[in-house]
Amino acid sequence: MSVTRSAGLIDERLRIFNHLGEAAEPGVGRLSGYYLSVKDNLCVRDMPATAGSKILEGYAPPFDATCVEKCRREGASILGKTTMDEFGFGTFNVNTPYKVPLNPHDRERSTGGSSGGAAAVTASAGFPHLALAESTGGSISCPAAFCGVVGVTPTYGRVSRWGLIDYANSLDKIGCMARTVGEAALALSVISGPDAYDSTAIQEPALDYTDYVDGGVEGLKVGVPREYYGEGVEPGVTDRVWGAVKRLESLGAVVTEVSLPHTGVSLSSYYVIAMAEASTNLARYSGLRYGLHGPLEGSFDEYFTAVRSAGFGEEAKRRIILGTYTRMAGYRDAYYLKALRVRTLVIGDFKRAFKEVDVLATPTMPVVAPRFDEIALLEPVQHYMMDVLTVAPNLAGVPMISVPCGKVDGLPVGLHLVADHLREDLLFRAAGALEVS
Amino acid sequence: MDRDQVRRVAEHARLHLTDQELDMYAGQLRVILEAFSELDAVDTEGVEPSYHPLTVEDEVREDESAGWEWDPFANSGHREGRFFRGPRIT
Repeated sequence: MSVTRSAGLIDERLRIFNHLGEAAEPGVGRLSGYYLSVKDNLCVRDMPATAGSKILEGYAPPFDATCVEKCRREGASILGKTTMDEFGFGTFNVNTPYKVPLNPHDRERSTGGSSGGAAAVTASAGFPHLALAESTGGSISCPAAFCGVVGVTPTYGRVSRWGLIDYANSLDKIGCMARTVGEAALALSVISGPDAYDSTAIQEPALDYTDYVDGGVEGLKVGVPREYYGEGVEPGVTDRVWGAVKRLESLGAVVTEVSLPHTGVSLSSYYVIAMAEASTNLARYSGLRYGLHGPLEGSFDEYFTAVRSAGFGEEAKRRIILGTYTRMAGYRDAYYLKALRVRTLVIGDFKRAFKEVDVLATPTMPVVAPRFDEIALLEPVQHYMMDVLTVAPNLAGVPMISVPCGKVDGLPVGLHLVADHLREDLLFRAAGALEVS
Repeated sequence: MDRDQVRRVAEHARLHLTDQELDMYAGQLRVILEAFSELDAVDTEGVEPSYHPLTVEDEVREDESAGWEWDPFANSGHREGRFFRGPRIT
């Protein structure tokens, strides 16, 4: 059976691809033999790119995102575009007018979001596969944990954002998912590095992260932040994560307790900043240059308003309104600037912790993948609260990896490992050691 | 936020909301903003805002023109020659 046909069968069962192309034969290079799925907010030349939004319906970018181009150059074959929450606005991948993906472990449950399609195909592919995904506040770690795969979110700026359809510029990070730690390290090695098209990309050359996967954890200092194990984390999740921490200890790591005192307020800081940046980014959609168009009737304002009101979904409108409000005169100091100051404190927490330890170990998500009928009962603010364990490292721009660490009632649990800026090598050492233990 | 405030902010962002949407958002946004107000309790006296998570160094290159191989009109349904056609201004 061809890989395209195999991917099509997975799609029929799990609703993963917004676009499934005819995969070319893999080329020559470090990714030769791998088939690549690409989150639908990353541009692939001449394939539709919707970012999960109706407002981009019909858009087919004429260029590749830098990360896509790098994978092509290393021989990967592009499979298609994976479904996601609209512009990344969601924790369960239910906020989209396109496909809502189903969890491969239980199809009545969410894959997690916003990179839900990426995680579901990574968990299900019976062929060599890597996924390109993106995280703003946890959109790689969350679905990786819920679907039982490895998800890497690198340091902010480690991977060029050229060709990414922006959500929040100071938070967006392109990363990857894979079935094994070694494959995730390989994918990150390929896509990392400076790029003339992205002035925020870190200038230091990329490392070969595969060198660190077998490095072991002898003497590695692992910090357990007490704020991440409290109320609201399901006991089964805590149990599996502690089991993984104990395994690291038995392999030679030194485990100590640390504190990240601003964890609690990081959620509000994150959402204020993310929504403010999102509302400015989404101002560009006007129905003229690409995406959804309408008949040219009425004034400029009337035309833009008509197209935008028809094209954005419920959660996108909610975030545009909140983001616009928190940036308006009279509210900017109280919300936006305050959130940016709290972010400084959150970054300070991590910097202090990393003077004591090499990596932090926490649960990725406080729960296992919820059922769709449970999600339907949640209010928007309860959706946001589900991100409580992933937003702080995303706000600080530090790298993180979610690795499977067991199951509760047949559903995967993720261990979240977090390191200081540009110390992805330590994450791969710890995750690699756990994988073989 | 009350219903009128939601409508004004939405208009500012070029969004028209139905009566049903106005009712829904007014209730939800009030709860979300109440949650955000926990930031008030954090002492940020003398703390600088972080617009980025780490220092972003501006990289510059020689001021030389570079080729642009893509057709900027390729995805527009409102093209007229080498221009985008927009709605009337007045």
